[in-house]
Amino acid sequence: MDIFKIIDQFQQIDGDAVGRLEYASRRHFMNKIGSKLASAAIPTAFAAIVNKAFAQSAAAVDVLNYALTLEYLEDEFYKAGNAAANLIPASDKAIFMQIGKHETQHVAFLVKALGSKAIAKPTFDFQYGGAFGDVFTNYKTFVTVSSALEDTGVRAYKGQAGALIADPQILEYALQVHSIEARHAAVARRLAATLLGNTAMKGWITGKEGAVAAIYAGEDNMTQGGVNLKGLASKSDAAITEAFDEPLTKEAVLAIAGPFIKK
Amino acid sequence: MNKHTKTKNSSGKGEGEITSVFNRRLFLRSAGLATSLGTIVIAAGCNDDDDDPMIPGTGDTVDLGSGDIGVLNYAYALEQLEAAFYTQVIQTPYNGITDAEKAILTDIRDHEIVHRDFFKAALGDKAIKGLTPNFAAIDFSKKEAVLGAAKLFEDTGVAAYNGAGKLIKDPNYLLLAGKIVSVEARHAAVIRDLINPKSADFAGDDIIDANGMDKAIAPADILAAVKGYVKDTITGANVGK
Repeated sequence: MDIFKIIDQFQQIDGDAVGRLEYASRRHFMNKIGSKLASAAIPTAFAAIVNKAFAQSAAAVDVLNYALTLEYLEDEFYKAGNAAANLIPASDKAIFMQIGKHETQHVAFLVKALGSKAIAKPTFDFQYGGAFGDVFTNYKTFVTVSSALEDTGVRAYKGQAGALIADPQILEYALQVHSIEARHAAVARRLAATLLGNTAMKGWITGKEGAVAAIYAGEDNMTQGGVNLKGLASKSDAAITEAFDEPLTKEAVLAIAGPFIKK
Repeated sequence: MNKHTKTKNSSGKGEGEITSVFNRRLFLRSAGLATSLGTIVIAAGCNDDDDDPMIPGTGDTVDLGSGDIGVLNYAYALEQLEAAFYTQVIQTPYNGITDAEKAILTDIRDHEIVHRDFFKAALGDKAIKGLTPNFAAIDFSKKEAVLGAAKLFEDTGVAAYNGAGKLIKDPNYLLLAGKIVSVEARHAAVIRDLINPKSADFAGDDIIDANGMDKAIAPADILAAVKGYVKDTITGANVGK
């Protein structure tokens, strides 16, 4: 049975045949995930589809490596912060140990999922070219950067959901990480609000409120699903903007993260 | 609530059945169903302010529908329950509530009402009816009961949106779900921090797996978990199909 020849012929007529065939089999496979019977019956086809689901789709590899870049950044940031003497007060240590643990786990997961396609860890400059020069000696700066990184992470993952719609299992993993970043962000924001004495800053994002203004562009959006929600349920603009977090494109995120990355 | 090491999942995926049983049990236990049943009966559950007439004590069967509409109605159903819950929390604040706690719970109430009304408007004539909640098992006078229920509603909401994402076919709806789920996750973290301040519980090991991931749970398991909180019978067999 020369299935490849058949696919080749298909492709001459329909350039995206392979893509759609992979998509179809992946969807079928994902419906059956957990069925040990199936995995025992067709191990090679299974392995091939898993491999494709995880690393062969160019779009997915792209998104996963982008995610990995951000997770490397966060992981190294918290490793340095948690290791710095006299930075994080004992009362807050449990919070940052937990956040750091998750970022390490995210890196490990992504490196494993990408296999040989995983990018190498960049070299970072957490002082952001001098803007956060005391990031590992001044707790206020550390928490400011933490809240900014977490909120950026939330926006970054959200911005990639659509690109993963054809890769349902990877989409689900991305969503499962996305909500963790949001949990981190909420707690980091509340700490930052207290340290900075900013009572307008809450665990959720009111308008464009945040410790580093540059990363909250567009968070004050009032239009959802093509409809301006002003006045919905007689709620304030503040409540309406808090109720929806906004995505960022990869370009916008990389512009924000750029100064953190030396090479 | 952070001592579930015995039942905690050790692998990050593919353990759907264990997860759902675990979640259901955690959900029911945490809401105090077994111990504080019927301490306060909410007046007919009529704390949701939409136009549908509610018939106290009777439960209708509500079909969420299929495809993306089914997913949106599923979200609408969950947001209805959350909105009704926090509306009650603010109407009858628990004993000893602080100003800070009340401000947080009021914010969350408003977010859930915005979500609910947004879905209702977006669905138009495809929207399911207003559900009749049943919070008889929650003692709204006690901080522990209220925050415990809030935690479970938020964690469940996060897991529900995470599990529904891959069922959505329209990327615009997927993005909308993404915009809302992270707000639910912020709620979950803040509620958890109110319960156990400055601990690791905001993203605790009781709910986050060894890959550092939140839960993603299928509609059938979520609907089973919230069944006790709504008088209507919700069927979601075709959600996303």
